[in-house]
Amino acid sequence: MSVLFVAIPAALAVALSGVIAFLWAARTGQLDDLETPALRMLHDESSPPPPKRESAPAATGS
Amino acid sequence: MATAESSRSSAAARTSAPPPPPLGVRRSSPRCEHCDQAIPIERCDAVAEQQFCCDGCRIVYAMLKQHALAGYYDHAVGAKRPALATGRDYAEFDDPSFLSLYASKRGDEQTIELLLEGVHCAACVWLVEKLPELVPGVTECRLDYARRLAHVSFRDGGDQPTRNADGRAAAPAPGAAMTHPSAIAQTLDRLGYPPHPHRDGERARLQRREERDLLTRLGVAGASAGNSMLFALALYSGGFADMEAGQMRYFRALSTIAALPAVFWSAQVFYRGALGAVRARRPHMDLPLSIGILLGVTWGLANLLRGVGEVYFDSLSTLVFVLLSARFLQVRQQAHAERAAGSALALAPRTARQLDSADTARLVPAESVQRGARVEVLAGDVFPVDGVVESGDSRVDTSWLTGESAASHARAGSAVFAGTTNLMGRLVVAAEQSGAETRAARLWRDMERASARRAPIASVADRASAYFLIGIVLLAGVAFFAWLHAGVGVAVQVAIALLVVTCPCGLALATPLTVSAALGQAARAGWLIKGGAALEALARPALIVFDKTGTLTFGQLSLMRWFGDASLGPQIKALEAASSHPIARALVLALADVKPALATDVVQRLGRGIEGRIDGHAVCVGAVLSVQQPLPAWAETALAELASEGLTPVLVSVDGLVRTVLGLGDPIRPEAAVLLAQLRERGHRLALLSGDRASVVDHVVCELTRASGRESLFATAEGDVGPEGKLAFIEAARTRGNVFMVGDGVNDAAALAAASVGIAVHGGAEASLEAAHVFATRPGVKPLLELVDGARRALHVIYLNLGFSLVYNVVAASLCLAGAVTPLWAAIIMPLSSLTVVSHSYHRRMFGKRS
Repeated sequence: MSVLFVAIPAALAVALSGVIAFLWAARTGQLDDLETPALRMLHDESSPPPPKRESAPAATGS
Repeated sequence: MATAESSRSSAAARTSAPPPPPLGVRRSSPRCEHCDQAIPIERCDAVAEQQFCCDGCRIVYAMLKQHALAGYYDHAVGAKRPALATGRDYAEFDDPSFLSLYASKRGDEQTIELLLEGVHCAACVWLVEKLPELVPGVTECRLDYARRLAHVSFRDGGDQPTRNADGRAAAPAPGAAMTHPSAIAQTLDRLGYPPHPHRDGERARLQRREERDLLTRLGVAGASAGNSMLFALALYSGGFADMEAGQMRYFRALSTIAALPAVFWSAQVFYRGALGAVRARRPHMDLPLSIGILLGVTWGLANLLRGVGEVYFDSLSTLVFVLLSARFLQVRQQAHAERAAGSALALAPRTARQLDSADTARLVPAESVQRGARVEVLAGDVFPVDGVVESGDSRVDTSWLTGESAASHARAGSAVFAGTTNLMGRLVVAAEQSGAETRAARLWRDMERASARRAPIASVADRASAYFLIGIVLLAGVAFFAWLHAGVGVAVQVAIALLVVTCPCGLALATPLTVSAALGQAARAGWLIKGGAALEALARPALIVFDKTGTLTFGQLSLMRWFGDASLGPQIKALEAASSHPIARALVLALADVKPALATDVVQRLGRGIEGRIDGHAVCVGAVLSVQQPLPAWAETALAELASEGLTPVLVSVDGLVRTVLGLGDPIRPEAAVLLAQLRERGHRLALLSGDRASVVDHVVCELTRASGRESLFATAEGDVGPEGKLAFIEAARTRGNVFMVGDGVNDAAALAAASVGIAVHGGAEASLEAAHVFATRPGVKPLLELVDGARRALHVIYLNLGFSLVYNVVAASLCLAGAVTPLWAAIIMPLSSLTVVSHSYHRRMFGKRS
């Protein structure tokens, strides 16, 4: 059972990193809009656009 | 389906030109490729493969095909709407002051926020976020669907873009990958989403920060509670089996440490509330909660150090987590409801024509106009700023702001206000106030503040909950001393349990929650209600005053009667086709299937009608004055009949002789009578006050009363009532009870503000929206009935919540006093009761199913 003295602090460290990730996401505004991601989920990845007639490189968003 | 049909017909057209379909014969109309609406026959191109209802749809379709974005149509199933493009060139977006006001810079990228019109479904999100593919130079585009805000990041091209002959920004040089705000705006506009610049007001920024803060604390509390409970589980299961003392201490310590973030950081929300309550000497729900939590923390820590007794940290952290989630939901819901109510686009225009020293006009954002700057306002424009007229002579329509229906004279020295309309001639104005300082903006803020006033029932609930809370704290003290004989530990437990389990959720939490849930539902169903006070007033029976147009009738002039020669359709259409007079529009609409004849020498005479030559005859469509007198007997009879029905007569004469008499009027909505009868049954009284002629009003009242099957429908019905008359009537009626006013004219603004609840109906000017308490986006009587029913349901929900809360508190407090509830159970039960009340408020359908 002494393994618990190692295992639990390790688990807590993982939990802590999760919390930090959450805090970072909240602070950078990623969680401000909780409705649009639900709609984006329904979108399919479109096929890459045809090569443009001008030689400007296509700037694709995701 | 549409494609198959049109390709069949176009194939036929190519092989052997078929004769055009006979006049007036309907065949199933082809549908627009883009928005799926039926297209009238004249707009169809006989040889085209695909048909479009308007240029906007054609352009969007072409754009989508060009960029291989036809996937839009897969996403847009069932939600297609015509493209809203305005065709503006958005030149003012390139002005340097625009970027300084609206854009934020990061590295070599600028980001602007644009409020988009026309966003209505998931496909719109898909399409808008493809902007980087459509406009080279845009690096990212994300659409916030709920707020209709597009965040566009782009590389700024710097100088003004070169412009083509038609004023559009020329495509950037190959390889440049830079763009200008105007190009972005034009593309969005062409796609059907006219953009408006957006900047978060101070209030919105603060709200966002508060939400983020709450979310952060909530998340941390959740992690904390989960971990703490996990360790506590070990303790519970270890209580049945045997556990070493050392391990017990270890897990108790772990449970405590895991809970600390929740209890000391996340719970600050409650501690701050409690401190505020103490300082203001007003009881607040956070007070007993904070006392209970802190008591539990202290006692738990003491027990941890002593090694005996209960450690309550799992319960406490769970309690904090659940309560914070309820609070977070409440804050967000309130923000949503407020946004829905305030989403009407600006009263004053976004741009101003500023004159520089050489007197050339430049389009600039209205907010950037400084005091003393000179601004040009052309005839028909809306004033962008408050100011004093420098030169020019005109008349100004200030009705929505001041309530005056007569236009006021504006000349050098006159004060003018943003949002009012310049009617007649060009004016140069020296600006005084702009942006948020204008009288219009201040009025808007006052309305917002007024709408934040709580509903009366919420105020009563607040007071009741204050007494409740004081009582609970005292009761907890009494319970502590009463149980002291069984030991300090037990006494503390009872006190904590009591403080935690009792909750005025039905009072302090559920009522404002229900109000904001109701407002949110109402907004989604098509009514923008400003504030809980209006909601509550709507639930009570009242005198409902109608303005005729738009609610009881369709608000549109239509062709209703036709006497005489029935073959003159093509001639009428030929003359009326080019005019934009309401009568002309009504006639053209009625004759939609008729092919117009060929007319020459068409002349429109003010007050008399339109005349022209067709097939060698002089044809005239116009007022009674335009025709040779005396009229034949049948025409006189027809005119008399029209007058008795309150319809407007239009005479068609060929070579001076009357051949046809038309009657135009505003048709009554067919369902109005039955719905009005239902309103009567619910206990409301009805009145009709209209600016229309008394004969028209009488006719409408007769028709409606007859169709409703009742003895009488309206308590009062008057015609020829001006805005002052309506205001006087409403004010007098208010002294005798509740008054609702339903209207959509600009004239009704003052009366709407004076009523207990002013309901503005769609189709009216923005004026009504600002003065009224409710804005109905769907016209007619049915929405009104639903509105009133919904308000009643909301009030019932509030009463139900109050009842539940009462029963719960009595039962729970009794059990606690009897010592039957441990703090753990209290921490579970109390949030459960809160959540019950909260979910009841949110999920209860108060306003409308989606029709």
